[in-house]
Amino acid sequence: MAETGSRAPMRAIHPLHAALLAAIVPLYLGAFLSDHAYSRTYQIQWSNFAAWLIAGAMVFTGVALLWALVDLVREGRRRGRPLVYFLLLAAIFVLGLLDSFIHTRDAWGVMPEGLILSSILAVLAVAATWIGFSGLRGEGRWT
Amino acid sequence: MKRSTLFAAVALAALAAACGSDPAPPEYGANPTIPERERPLLPSMKIADPAPWGDQRPQVPEGYVVTAIATGLGIPRQTLVLPNGDILVAEGRGGGAPRLRPKDIIATFIKAEGTSSAASGNRLTLLRDSNGDGVYEGRTVFAANLNAPYGLALVNGQLYVANQDALVRFPYRDGQTRADEPPVKVADLPSAINHHWTKSLAASADGRFLYVGIGSNSNITERGMAAEVDRAMVWEIDAATGAHRPYATGLRNPTALAIQPGSNLLWAVVNERDELGPNLVPDYLTSVREGGFYGWPYSYWGRNADPRVRPQDPGKVALALRPDYALGSHVAALGVAFSTPAMGAAFADGVFVGEHGSWNRSVPVGYKVVFIPFRGGRPSGPPVDFLTGFHGRDGKTRGRPVGVTVDPRGALIVADDLSNTIWRVAPLRRSPAAEAPSGPAAQPERGRPPSATPY
Repeated sequence: MAETGSRAPMRAIHPLHAALLAAIVPLYLGAFLSDHAYSRTYQIQWSNFAAWLIAGAMVFTGVALLWALVDLVREGRRRGRPLVYFLLLAAIFVLGLLDSFIHTRDAWGVMPEGLILSSILAVLAVAATWIGFSGLRGEGRWT
Repeated sequence: MKRSTLFAAVALAALAAACGSDPAPPEYGANPTIPERERPLLPSMKIADPAPWGDQRPQVPEGYVVTAIATGLGIPRQTLVLPNGDILVAEGRGGGAPRLRPKDIIATFIKAEGTSSAASGNRLTLLRDSNGDGVYEGRTVFAANLNAPYGLALVNGQLYVANQDALVRFPYRDGQTRADEPPVKVADLPSAINHHWTKSLAASADGRFLYVGIGSNSNITERGMAAEVDRAMVWEIDAATGAHRPYATGLRNPTALAIQPGSNLLWAVVNERDELGPNLVPDYLTSVREGGFYGWPYSYWGRNADPRVRPQDPGKVALALRPDYALGSHVAALGVAFSTPAMGAAFADGVFVGEHGSWNRSVPVGYKVVFIPFRGGRPSGPPVDFLTGFHGRDGKTRGRPVGVTVDPRGALIVADDLSNTIWRVAPLRRSPAAEAPSGPAAQPERGRPPSATPY
């Protein structure tokens, strides 16, 4: 992941892009916690919450992914952190879609795949945000 | 001989292999194959694609004729043939369970594509054939402003109507075309959420008790266990006091009830759970044992535990009864009626079952009325197609059968809630002279006004 010898200045993440990206952490984390609560209590409302949180997260993931793709194309430098960031978001989008479908199952049919996917998504969301926001460090450059 | 049998077996196996992912045909009868559960990412679906009938008609067996005796109704569901031959039609659409998940919104939208957009009638319409020619020229609104009426029963001069929230009754005298007064409430029925809102109804032969089928509040407890109190069961209601008790439980959605002539046993058709695969779980026809538990939600077809239910209850699973007769998975049986010899020799002993048709299957099933032959009071053979052609070869769906009722004079009345039509299927009368003594024209005109003015 170490990006050495890069001299070309990288644009920092756009504030709106940053806001979209920031949203996915609480949403996927919330989905994971809700799935976890359902798995412990059998209270179906937690599973409903998880389904909505994932649906919301998918909206933000989708727009952020599109933005990341445009950035990637415009930068003309398809490696390093921008590429990792894009790939992470793409992975989140694919797994999030899978998790959305899993959450259309009724009652305990969501388990255990839903809980496993939501936990992976929460971790990936933190990772994507970490890398995405790294551009804000220093002088607004990708380091 | 042996070689040809072997060849046939190989050919069949090759054919089966070639069909690949095509779902196997549904299993019928007392011992259906219960395949492994499937857990697809998305349920297989094929929603009815409605089209008008135009010049087409449903298909009937040789020697029978089908006619549309009423059209333009407001979602006809169940019918009742009154002693004088008049037909009452319960019209309405109930439910309106809240949508709790993204899935509920999407699924509601998709499934609505396969149903009628007509306004809910919320009424009982009376149809009359004054001269017994099979043309129902008379039509009145018997009662209006009901709340999604569904089950109907006439006993001891009382017409009982199962609304989606209450059992009510009207006094009825022969020949009446309109109710004299507003209905009297017999008992409240469970109506919170009302995911499965239809309340089916049958009256005991002596009229002391009414049996009301109450569907579950979910597919498989996805609205929580608390929502299932007093659901998925048949209530026995005392006609005199309105007091009720569960008569049988674990019946996911008992959409139609009937009392068997002779034995006076209660029978039901029940719609089972979805989203376990195209060939699970069979909808069924069963005699309803008093105090019996039929599995929902914990298990299906006897003791096959459903892992989607939490907390599970192995004690209840161990008690679960196996139903009498599988109708096939996803056929959506919504009507049942015992036949009479007047229906013709081939359909004299058995029940007719109206099948609304599937959504949870890539190859649609149901969308027809079948006849289950009986012998000695029990189902005795595979279902026989009686009224078909609702789902055409062109992939269009022109009608969806719901309630079926046998007119003792020899006709099957079928409610169709997609084309909003009442169909009448009767044996063809080839020689009027030969059947004059029992033919409809010979029926005395009991309770009929001399002129059919009000309609």
